[in-house]
Amino acid sequence: MGTPIDTTAIGGCRPEAAICTRAVTRDFQAGQQTITVLHGIDLDIRAGELTFLVGESGSGKTTLISIMCGILWPTQGEVKVFGTDIYELSDSDLVEFRLQNIGFIFQQYNLIPSIDAANNAAVPLIAQGMDRLEARERAVAMLEKLNIGDQADKLPRQLSGGQQQRVAIARALVHEPRLVVCDEPTAALDASSGRRVMDLLRDVAVAEDRACIIVTHDNRIFDLADRILVLEDGRITHDGKDMPEGH
Amino acid sequence: MLWIAIRMLTGDAQKFYGLVFGIAFSTLLITQQLTIFVNLIERGASGVYNVSSADVWVMDPVSRTTDVAYAMPSTALDKVRSVPGVEWAVPHLRAQASVRTKDGDLEGVAVIGVDDATLIGLPKSMVEGSIEVLSQPDSVIIDDVGTTRMFPGQSPIGERLELNDQRAVIRGIADAIPSFTSTVVLYTKYSQALNFVPGTRNRLSFVLVGAEDPLQAKALSERIEDETGLKAQTRDEFAQDGIDFIIENTGIPLNFGITVALGFIVGVAIVGLTFSLFIRDNIKQFGALKAIGVTNAKIRRMVAVQAGLVGLVGYGLGVVGTVFFIWGFSSNPTFKGFYIPWQIPLISLVAVFLILALTGWLALRNVLKTEPASVFR
Ligand SMILES: Nc1ncnc2c1ncn2[C@@H]1O[C@H](COP(=O)(O)OP(=O)(O)OP(=O)(O)O)[C@@H](O)[C@H]1O
Ligand SMILES: [Mg+2]
Repeated sequence: MGTPIDTTAIGGCRPEAAICTRAVTRDFQAGQQTITVLHGIDLDIRAGELTFLVGESGSGKTTLISIMCGILWPTQGEVKVFGTDIYELSDSDLVEFRLQNIGFIFQQYNLIPSIDAANNAAVPLIAQGMDRLEARERAVAMLEKLNIGDQADKLPRQLSGGQQQRVAIARALVHEPRLVVCDEPTAALDASSGRRVMDLLRDVAVAEDRACIIVTHDNRIFDLADRILVLEDGRITHDGKDMPEGH
Repeated sequence: MLWIAIRMLTGDAQKFYGLVFGIAFSTLLITQQLTIFVNLIERGASGVYNVSSADVWVMDPVSRTTDVAYAMPSTALDKVRSVPGVEWAVPHLRAQASVRTKDGDLEGVAVIGVDDATLIGLPKSMVEGSIEVLSQPDSVIIDDVGTTRMFPGQSPIGERLELNDQRAVIRGIADAIPSFTSTVVLYTKYSQALNFVPGTRNRLSFVLVGAEDPLQAKALSERIEDETGLKAQTRDEFAQDGIDFIIENTGIPLNFGITVALGFIVGVAIVGLTFSLFIRDNIKQFGALKAIGVTNAKIRRMVAVQAGLVGLVGYGLGVVGTVFFIWGFSSNPTFKGFYIPWQIPLISLVAVFLILALTGWLALRNVLKTEPASVFR
């Protein structure tokens, strides 16, 4: 083989790509009509980078990351996450794949109201079958890393919005997933809190063998990205370190 | 995960109590109503149960129950005594009469005449006095429920009654299972009863029979029928006849059936509504769990554990509530001797299971339908 070949050109995926999509399309049925939301997305997401996916409302950002993290089937195309063709997996294998490899940060946090911060953060470990006390210990350590170790015993409703989000981030990272996805993590926060969260994510979620992909249209934080992908009407129209002119 | 499921449920105190209340209420209604129903219809057999020593009851072929009986000629007694396998046979008289109390009130009573020599036909035990008192002139023994009815709060011993214009003196209180209508019962000797009950030539209501081999009571009853042309029922058969008579001739089964059905429906309504509200409130959390990597099978188990917890607590409270109810009313003569047959808690357990299976399944459908992708919306 010798020198590496740019397989993108011939449609294949680079083995080192964290996420690789080829010719991914997604249709939605709206009544009689079929809307095509994604038009043949070819992307390689690299590990060790903070990748932003930006674009206008309705451009298909949420649809695309949902497909990339294994919770929404593409209509056509291929999705590989760390080399695994995830939509070729059986339903239960895909669930297990997500549990082992993917951390989710939801915009609405979706914390369980009746269990405390540490137990909320420990959910993925508990779901993996780890002993509850051990899982909790690890979750507390993660909360400490996020500077809210002192809030471990509090219920979500006793925490501020920003603290809840940190709990949600702890939950996304506690099982050390190789891919972390966030949809609009800063939309509900003011400018400085938003930046702090992003710095935090940079610190904890980006590593040599880990990828972090963030959907946002918050232009206040664009400068924090290693790579910005712009999605317009279901097509990638820009790929670079900075935002294109005019945005 | 099951721990989380339980915490999700108990953390929402309002809904948890709503669910537990729904189940407890259904259980209470079903258990309590079935208990009262069973005990009430068993009262149809109280006349038989009160004479526990008789293995076979012999009567006119048209007689149906202890209270619906047609009298036989007194020769029936000798005919029965001559049947092989009969160890003893005694006359038994049951009749209606009116008594005038000291205060001048008129009360319908049942007069039961028991064998003069053996006193077979009396209830097993006495609350006050001994059965020997019947050998004194004009003696009657009243049943305990009759006492509370005719002489509330006072002792009936020594009270005089006018029984169809005959003088009677109460000299004892029997510990008897009350009849379906809780009629006052006066026990007296057969010969005395004939005086109390005016009447026709035939006044022998039943012949009570002791079998030489009680295990062969059924065969003996058939032999008695063959040889005497009378109707003979074993104790169990005749008890069942009394119960069947109540079932067939009153609206009781229907009424109780309706209440039990209502208990079930109310349970389904309360629990179903609360359960689906609970699931709806937590649908985002369930969606997040599904996205994170909890399989539908695990989600099912979580909801099953939630339903199981609600069922266990609610059912327990409902049964305990019924026990307290029965216990609390046990001094009331209407509920004398009430017990909870073991089948009834089992029936309500099945009902609870059905309620939870139905409502849990309905609620679960929404969770299973939830796309994990919906969590990003
Ligand atoms: N489940 C669905 N059924 C039908 N149409 C859908 C569904 N999900 C998304 N769409 C449509 O797909 C298009 C893209 O939606 P998507 O949520 O991916 O946009 P977005 O870029 O995330 O927008 P926003 O910035 O507002 O979150 C929209 O027109 C939306 O109406
Ligand atoms: Mg979106």
